[in-house]
Amino acid sequence: MNIEVINRFDELIDECIETFESLDFPEARAWKSAEPGRALIGCFPVYAPVEIFHAAGALPVGLAGAGNRLEISHADARFQSFVCSIIKSTLELGMVGKLDDFDGLVFHSICDPARNLASVFTRNFPNTRVEYVHFPQRLHSEEAVTYLEREYRRILDWATATTGRSVTDEELRRSIALYNAIRTGIRWLYDFRRAEPHKLSTRELYALVRYGHVAPPEKHLRLLTHAFDELQRREGKPKDRARILLVGSFCEQPPLDLIASIESAGCYVVDDDFLLGRRFFSADVADSRNPLRDLADAYVNHSVDSSVKHDLGHSKAEALVARARAYDADAVVVLTAKFCEPALFDYALYRKAFHEAGMPHVFLEFEEKMWLFDKVKTEIETFVESLLFT
Amino acid sequence: MAETAYQGRLHLLQKDLMSQYYGELTASAEGSGVPAAYLLIGGNPVELLRALDILPVYPEVNALQLAVKKQSLAHIQAAEGMGYSTDNCAYVKADIGLYFAGRKTPFATIPEPSLLLCNYVGCNVYLHWFDHLAEYTKRPTFHLDIPFIRNASGRPSSDDMAYVLRQLEQLVAVCEEIAGKRLDPQRLRRVVELSSQTGRLWSEIKHLTKSAPAPYDAYFDSVTMMAPLYCLRGTEEGLTFFQTARDEYAQMAADGKGPLEREDFRFVIEGPPPWPYLRVFRDMFARWNAVAVASTYSTVGGLWEFGFAHDPDHPMESIAEHLLTWNLTNRNFLQRYDQIDRYLKEWNADALVIHSVKSCRLFSAGQGDMRDYFTQRGVPTLLVESDLEDPRYFSEAQMRTRIDAFFESLAHRKLTAAAGA
Repeated sequence: MNIEVINRFDELIDECIETFESLDFPEARAWKSAEPGRALIGCFPVYAPVEIFHAAGALPVGLAGAGNRLEISHADARFQSFVCSIIKSTLELGMVGKLDDFDGLVFHSICDPARNLASVFTRNFPNTRVEYVHFPQRLHSEEAVTYLEREYRRILDWATATTGRSVTDEELRRSIALYNAIRTGIRWLYDFRRAEPHKLSTRELYALVRYGHVAPPEKHLRLLTHAFDELQRREGKPKDRARILLVGSFCEQPPLDLIASIESAGCYVVDDDFLLGRRFFSADVADSRNPLRDLADAYVNHSVDSSVKHDLGHSKAEALVARARAYDADAVVVLTAKFCEPALFDYALYRKAFHEAGMPHVFLEFEEKMWLFDKVKTEIETFVESLLFT
Repeated sequence: MAETAYQGRLHLLQKDLMSQYYGELTASAEGSGVPAAYLLIGGNPVELLRALDILPVYPEVNALQLAVKKQSLAHIQAAEGMGYSTDNCAYVKADIGLYFAGRKTPFATIPEPSLLLCNYVGCNVYLHWFDHLAEYTKRPTFHLDIPFIRNASGRPSSDDMAYVLRQLEQLVAVCEEIAGKRLDPQRLRRVVELSSQTGRLWSEIKHLTKSAPAPYDAYFDSVTMMAPLYCLRGTEEGLTFFQTARDEYAQMAADGKGPLEREDFRFVIEGPPPWPYLRVFRDMFARWNAVAVASTYSTVGGLWEFGFAHDPDHPMESIAEHLLTWNLTNRNFLQRYDQIDRYLKEWNADALVIHSVKSCRLFSAGQGDMRDYFTQRGVPTLLVESDLEDPRYFSEAQMRTRIDAFFESLAHRKLTAAAGA
């Protein structure tokens, strides 16, 4: 995609969508083949320390399943019917050769199926380097920062062994600065949509963020800058829609048409947790003399709430209600992937908090492979109508 | 058909001991003043609690007891009424349902926790479970974060060990406050020594099933021994129980006796049992004279049969080792393949049965790959599905048909092999 030569904003969005919906990772592969010695590292959700891979000379590529564009014909035999779709579609991508150009794959301690998937990849793809990051769950403690710093040192060693390059602290700091700029850009887009949702649809916002999963970060930053300029000039008139906060889709991603149909059912989305890992911190990662510790500190002390983080020292459910209030949301839509235990567990506590706070909500499940959205749209429409009478 | 009267002396002894244990829990719930800490089975650091006279309470054990007594479904449904999904772990739902039903069971009244000790060893549901209990009970929580075994060596790094040891120090301070006294190093040493001896006996017992016939069923009889292993490890009573068990089974092995009249098949079994239908499930194997000679489920709380024992000279280090390395839950999926491989060879088994449970994805997610791995190696492998706690997922007729078909083909295979020999 040539950002600078596309004139129309909607064309830019369409190009982004075409890029990330391709199962061939065209931009990533083009980047890799442009110079010898380049490597691709696939990062399973939710959050990955992408700066480390980037500094090591690899392109971190966000794996986000295969949506409804890949038939699962091999992975179903490996993972049972009660396991979420992204586990199977990611394995299927590997089994049909779509991940052949990847030099490494990284999984994280987000849930039990993802944990076992790392092992299944290790066994079935002996030529791909597979790594697993254990994120600390004893947060807000100095030893957790120290532990994670050392874990990141191990991951850095793995990354440099994968790319065959050594990494200086200066290179790590430059990568952190680059991703800080991207996170700032994404935060700006989210703030913009919250303030003027009629000027930036969630479908568009999603496309702008997700493009960064599959393209070089330098290029993603250019895209965000371009979008920033375009949006400043954009005009639009607010419609009478319900302002909703959407949670539960932080790992497996709903089809884009489903996201669009939520809006067309009469909602403005004022916040969501799609693709949460690329905006995991509430502020910039610090820039000290110890970049790995800075990254560890950002995770332990400055990352946003998520269903895959625990021991927060506060109630996630109460924080969610407070956020909905702060964003002037009329209601919360809980949209979880089928069989996603972290999201489903959180919902039980959210529901209690919503009832106690008098916050309207609706609970919906999706699968990335679904392709009929009428039912969900009708449920949302009914819900929005019900809001008018409360 | 084999005789299926399984209630031996050991089962009755276990029943007595567990009644005493549950009596202590009830007394605590009714104001005995003995503090109770909830913790998880995986790699449980029960020695620290015992050394400070804090009662260990395992919500998993309570949940499975409810299931065995066919009391789980009402609690599961109550939790689902609160917003829990049909796809959430049913252990958690039964426990939460029980909590809001006043913690009263047919076997005990479960005390409110003085501490929620979340020993996070691999199972991510543990984290959710104790987060939820913290929200409902408003009691102090301690997350013991155990780095997962994630390298090829299967060993934790020195950084992982240092991280866990530092946390254990903090945990001791929290437990001391709850117990109202300081941890006596001599007492801890004694508790760890008892634990060490118990672990060695348990290991010895497990190796006895290498005999043919195996003196007991390493799945259905092991579960009898697992409750004392977790609830009573580190106590004199717990040690006595395992001495009795070792003596009884060693004698049976010496006498060439097994749990069934005949042993036609020896199998390894992977996955937790279907607690609501334990007896029915057992009979499905017994009618084929099939005996489990090893089980992965019996290593959730600790893996002792490959050489580990607590070390009284280094109590904290060995508790950390147990949490990090020597339990099934904190080991990666491929380490489980190796574990099963070893059972198949060293325990001389004919086949592998995988019982895939919906509730526990730590166990089950990816077991299709496991089946593929063993089938490729020529191991007859059966994969059946149900649940460990939720009776709605057990289809008796379907399960029986699958098991019958498997053993029929195994019998045919044996016959063919014998004819060709």
